[in-house]
Amino acid sequence: MNFSYTLFIPLIPLFVFLFLGILHTKLKPKLAGTIGVLGLSTSTLLSYYTAYKYFFEVGKVDGVYQTFIGAKTTWINFTELLHIDMGVLLDPISIMMLVVVSTISLMVHIYSLGYMKGEAGFNRYYAFLSLFTFSMYGLVIATNIFQMYIFWELVGVSSFLLIGYYYDKPSAVAAAKKAFIVTRFADLGFLIGILILSYYAGTFDFQILNNPQGAIISNGIGASFMGLSVITWALILMFVGGAGKSAMFPLHIWLPDAMEGPTPVSALIHAATMVVAGVYLVARMFPLYYFIDGGFVLQIVAYVGAFTSLFAAIIACTQNDIKRVLAFSTMSQIGYMMLALGVSGYDGHEGLGYMASMFHLFTHAMFKALLFLGAGSVIHAVHSNLMKDMGGLRKYMPITNITFFIAALSISGFPFTSGFFSKDEILSAAFENSKLIYFVGLFVAGLTAFYMFRIYFSIFWGKEKTYKHTPHESPLSMTIPLILLAILSIAPGYIHFSDFISADRGGFEAHLNYPLAITAVVTGLIGILVAYVFYKKENNIPEKVSKTFGAIYTWTYHKFYIDELYLFVTKKIIFNIVSASFAWFDKKVIDDSMIGIGDATINSSEKIKKLQSGKFQDYATWFILGAIALVLYFLYKN
Amino acid sequence: MISGISIYHILTLTTILFFIGIYGFITRKNLIAILISIELILNASVVNFVIFNTYLYPDMLQGVFFSIFIIAIAAAESALAVSIIVSFYRMLASVDVKDTETLKY
Amino acid sequence: MGQIVFYILAAIIIVFAVAAVNSRKILHSVIYLLFVLASISGIYFLINYTFLGALQLAIYAGGVIVLIIFSVMLTHNIDSKLETASVTSKILAGILSIAGVATTLFAIYTYQFTPVKNFNAIEITDIGTKLLSYERGGFILPFEVISLLLLAILIGAIVIAKGQHLIEQEYKQNQQ
Repeated sequence: MNFSYTLFIPLIPLFVFLFLGILHTKLKPKLAGTIGVLGLSTSTLLSYYTAYKYFFEVGKVDGVYQTFIGAKTTWINFTELLHIDMGVLLDPISIMMLVVVSTISLMVHIYSLGYMKGEAGFNRYYAFLSLFTFSMYGLVIATNIFQMYIFWELVGVSSFLLIGYYYDKPSAVAAAKKAFIVTRFADLGFLIGILILSYYAGTFDFQILNNPQGAIISNGIGASFMGLSVITWALILMFVGGAGKSAMFPLHIWLPDAMEGPTPVSALIHAATMVVAGVYLVARMFPLYYFIDGGFVLQIVAYVGAFTSLFAAIIACTQNDIKRVLAFSTMSQIGYMMLALGVSGYDGHEGLGYMASMFHLFTHAMFKALLFLGAGSVIHAVHSNLMKDMGGLRKYMPITNITFFIAALSISGFPFTSGFFSKDEILSAAFENSKLIYFVGLFVAGLTAFYMFRIYFSIFWGKEKTYKHTPHESPLSMTIPLILLAILSIAPGYIHFSDFISADRGGFEAHLNYPLAITAVVTGLIGILVAYVFYKKENNIPEKVSKTFGAIYTWTYHKFYIDELYLFVTKKIIFNIVSASFAWFDKKVIDDSMIGIGDATINSSEKIKKLQSGKFQDYATWFILGAIALVLYFLYKN
Repeated sequence: MISGISIYHILTLTTILFFIGIYGFITRKNLIAILISIELILNASVVNFVIFNTYLYPDMLQGVFFSIFIIAIAAAESALAVSIIVSFYRMLASVDVKDTETLKY
Repeated sequence: MGQIVFYILAAIIIVFAVAAVNSRKILHSVIYLLFVLASISGIYFLINYTFLGALQLAIYAGGVIVLIIFSVMLTHNIDSKLETASVTSKILAGILSIAGVATTLFAIYTYQFTPVKNFNAIEITDIGTKLLSYERGGFILPFEVISLLLLAILIGAIVIAKGQHLIEQEYKQNQQ
C-alpha cells in the first residue's frame, strides 16, 4: 500500500510557515489567515483520507494492524545499524494523533480568524501556528526516537514563541521563558534516555525497539545499574522528558503560566496536542515500557499520573482565573491518561488501559479544546479572565453557553457523551489493576465535575455583572468551530475504539462495566450538584466553605506553594549557596587572573612604548647596533 | 686590479665610506641630506661587489651584474624618494625628519 | 702610478664624504656627493671596469644628482642653513660609526682573502651577452624584473609627486 503522499501532511504547514514567515510584513492579515486555513485544511483532508485508507481499505492483515513507512530517508549515518532517519511512520496511534492534531489545529486556525482579528502581528501568529502544526505532525509520525526528539524540541520552541506572543507583556515573556526552561530541563532527561537506549540497543528505530519478539525485549540488555536494567533507567529518563512536556507533577509549574498566550493557542498546544506528547511517547514505546523489568516503569507512570490527576484537580477547585482552572483540569486529565497507561496490560483485553488512554486522549482533545475555545469566546466578550467579572452570560452568548455546557458534561463523564465512555474505560482498567488508583480516579472524576460546573455556573449563570459594554455572541468564524467541536465531544463515544487501537494491535471487544459506570456517573452528578448549589445563584456558601477549610484552602489556592518551593530552591539554595562559591571563584580567580594578564600587558607596554618613538633614525641606530653585535658574536664564536 | 693595492686597502676605504654614510643617516635632520647619506652607503656596497669580483673571482661576472642592478635600483629609489619628499613638502611645507614622526605609539 | 692615484681618490672620497654628511648647506652637500661618486667611478676605471665607471658617471652624476638638486631647488631656500643635530647625538653616532668601522675592519683583516694572480680584462660584449643570456648563469630574469621595477617606480613617482589635489583639479576639469 502506498502511503508516500503522507509526506505532504507535515510539509504543507512547513511551507505555509516559511511563506508567511518570510512575507509576514507584506501580506494582508486576511490573506495570511486564509492561506493558513487553506494549507491546514489540505493537511487535514489528507490525514482523514489516510485514516480511512489505513483502517478501512487496508484494515487488519492476519488480525493485526500493520505498520507502514510512508517515506523514509537517512539523515545522519553513524554506523550500519545506528542512523538517524527522517520519515513517516503510520500505525494506529500515529494515525489517531494525525486526526486529533489536524482537527484541533484546523478548528483553532478557523477560530483565530475571529479571535485574533485586528491584533498586531496577526501574520506572525499564523506563521507560528503553522510551525507548531508542522512540528506536531513531525512528532507523531516519527519513525525513530531521534526524529521524535527533534520535533519534540521544535514543538517546545513553537510553544515558546506562541506563549510569548504578546512579547511586550512582561508576564507573557516570563511565562514563555518558564515553559521553555522547565520543559527543556525535562528534555535533558529525555535526551540522556535516548542516548542510553541507543547506546545499548544500537538503534533508534521504533519498529526494532518495540518489536515484542525482538532481541531487545526478549533477551534484554545485560548491563544493569543499581539493580535495574539500563533500559529501565533509559525509560525512566524518557518518562521524565514526557512528564515535562505533559506537565506531570513535579514538572507541571509551567502549564498554568503558559495561559498567558492567546486563548486559541492554549486550546491547541496546552490542552489538546503538545501536552499529550508525553502520553504519546509512553504509548509509542509501550512494548518496551511493559516488557522491560516486568513493567516497573509503568508503575511509576501510573502513580505519577494518579497523583498529578488528584493534585491538579484539587487546585483547580480554588482558582479564579478560568483559563487557569482549565489548565489545571488539563493536567488532571493528562494524569488520567498516564494512569490508564500505567495500569495497562498488553495482550487482548488486558490492554484495556492502553486503549482507554488513547481513547481519552482523543475525546479529551475535543472537549478540552472546546472548553478553551468557549472560554476564549467569553474572554473575547468580557475582556477579562477572572470569574468574578463574569456572570449571567447565557442570555448574551447562547451558542457559547450551549457548547460550553456540552463540553462540561462531557468532561464530567455525563452519560452518552464521549467523556463518559473514555472515562469509564479508564476507571475499569484501573479497577482491575489497583484499587487505590481506582479510588483516586473516581474521586478526581467527582472533583472534575465540581470545578467544571463551578466555572460553568459562574460564567453563564450566577448574578449578572455590570459590563462596560454589553457582551455579544462571537462572530461566525468562532462559533462554527465551537459547534463542530461540540458535536465531536459527543460523537466519538460511539466509535468502537477498541477495534482500532489496542496495545497488541489485534483489537478486542470492550464492554461497559455497568457497576463501575454507574458509580462514576453518580460521583460526577454529586460534583455537579454541589457546584449547582454553590454557584447557580449568588450566595455565600463558597465563602463559608473556604473559611471552614482555612489554611488548607489558602494552601491549595496558592497551588500548594510548589512554585515558591522551586523559587526557594533555585534562588536561595542554588543561587545563593552553590552558585555563590562558583561566582566567587569565577570573579576572584578567573576574572582577576585574566584582568591581571591584561593589566600586566598594559603596564609593561606603557613602559616600553618609548622605544616606538616614530623616529626612523632611532630604529636605524638600533638596527646597526644589532648588526654589529651579531658580527661580534660570530667573530667571537669562531 | 691595481698594482700595489691589495683587496684590504679597498675594503678599508669602502668600510669607512659606509660608516660615514651611517653617521650621516643618523645625525642628519633633513630628508634630502638623509637621501645623500643613503647614496654613500649604497656606493660603498657597490664598490665592494666589484672589488670581490675582480680580486677573487675574475672569471665570473656576478659582481658586475649585481653592481649594475644596485645602481639601477639606487636610481629608482632616489627618484621615488625625491617624489615622496616633494609630496611631503607639499603637504607639510617641510622636509624635516621631526615632522615625519607620526608613526609612534 | 695606480697606487698613487688610488690614494688620491681614496682621500677625495673620504674627505668629501665627510663634508657631504656635515655641510650645513644642502646644495653643497649634493655637490660633495657628486665628487664622491665621480671618484668612485675613478676607482672603477682604475680596475679596468670602464663600462661600470661610465655607468656610474652617467646614472649618478647625470641622473641622480640632477634629481636631488631639483628636489633641493623645489623645497629649499638656497640660503637657508640646515639644522644640526645636538652634540651628544653626534658623539653617539660617531662612536657607533667608529665601533662599526673597527668591527668590520677587524673582521676583514682577520680573514684571509686569496686574490687570484692572473687577471683577464672584461669585455663589454661579455657583459651584454651574459646579461641577456637565458642559459645557465644568464641574467635575463633579474634583468626583466629590474625593467618591470623601473616601470613601476616611474609610474609611482609620477603619481606620488603629482599630489592629491592636482589629480582632483584635473578630474574636475575633465568633468567640465
